[in-house]
Amino acid sequence: MPTTRPLSPHLGIYRWRVNMLQSTLHRLTGLFLCVGALLVTWGLIAAASSGRAWDIFAEFCASWIGLVLLFLWTWSLLFHLCNGLQHLLRDAGRGFGPAHRDRAFAPSYWSAGWVVIAISVALAVLVFILLALRMNGGAA
Amino acid sequence: MAEFTLPKMSQVRKGRHFAAKPGAKKVRNFRVYRWDPDVGENPRLDTYEVDVTGCAMVLDVLLKIKNEIDPTLTLRRSCREGVCGSCAMNIDGENTLACIKGLDELPEGDVSVYPLPHMPVVKDLVPDLTHFYAQYTSIKPWLQTESSPGTRERLQSPEDRKKLDGLYECILCACCTTACPSYWWNPDRFLGPAVLLQAYRWIVDSRDEATGERLDDLDDPFKLYRCHTIMNCTNTCPKGLNPAKAIAEIKQLLVNRTV
Repeated sequence: MPTTRPLSPHLGIYRWRVNMLQSTLHRLTGLFLCVGALLVTWGLIAAASSGRAWDIFAEFCASWIGLVLLFLWTWSLLFHLCNGLQHLLRDAGRGFGPAHRDRAFAPSYWSAGWVVIAISVALAVLVFILLALRMNGGAA
Repeated sequence: MAEFTLPKMSQVRKGRHFAAKPGAKKVRNFRVYRWDPDVGENPRLDTYEVDVTGCAMVLDVLLKIKNEIDPTLTLRRSCREGVCGSCAMNIDGENTLACIKGLDELPEGDVSVYPLPHMPVVKDLVPDLTHFYAQYTSIKPWLQTESSPGTRERLQSPEDRKKLDGLYECILCACCTTACPSYWWNPDRFLGPAVLLQAYRWIVDSRDEATGERLDDLDDPFKLYRCHTIMNCTNTCPKGLNPAKAIAEIKQLLVNRTV
């Protein structure tokens, strides 16, 4: 009799659905928000230091990589928010469907997961469109 | 810290291939997880080409393999009609009971069969459920009372009895608990969906008089609140129950009694 048994496969073999994607993204966006917080800190310190320090920060934000990071950060924030709200609703007992399910019907909460992702992406795009309009308006 | 990969000794290697017998008509490939404690090698994935003529359920196929191709294949089964929960396993990526999973429910292509995920393996498709049962015991799954029963049985109104629907049907097959990523990462401290559904079954029982103690016991960051409403439990339950909903009900009862 061996003292240790093997552990059966789990993450590598389980069928992925949007719910597992949501949970994973929630953690990843949470981590990414920490990185984003560093960016904000840099901006605040730069603003408090000197015009030149602020220019460097502004230049970084306007650069190609800066814009990508800002967009990802905006989306991370909004996804974390939307997904958190869904989790809150579920903790309040909403959106579970009946206590009994008919196995023949696909549960509706998969579509709810895609809705959360779609809303977060749409909101992030909206934020950037509004920003672009405002910046163009300010320049004119 | 959660470990996302398998320990070295648990990693699955390529296994043997059993070709179909000549003259086989409806052949389907079944890739089955194998581990023999007497050999001491890594687990492997054996492929069986099976003539599924006359097989309706996955369990029929597994028993056909055992009877006609490879008698060393080890699995639990008993009732063959979704009542006992013995043949719970991971089929085509989702946990279910082999006896009620129809071949017609599976998509085309090879069918993979693994033991319940993230569990210690006793042999082949048989997981060690000792810890799962110990967690079940920890919620005291029996009627607790202080009042005298009087001269007759404890009665329940039809409305109160109705609250147990969707809960009493649980057969403790462990499909939901071993489908839960939160349980994979915290099996020692999180109770998991099956045990929490059972806990709720006693909490809402109108005849039980230990409701407060039961809730006290669950008011814990790990026992209950590792549930992040991922919903794998509800999706996978072969009995069509809703453990995620039961867990949410417990969370609400905990909030309600503090406000």
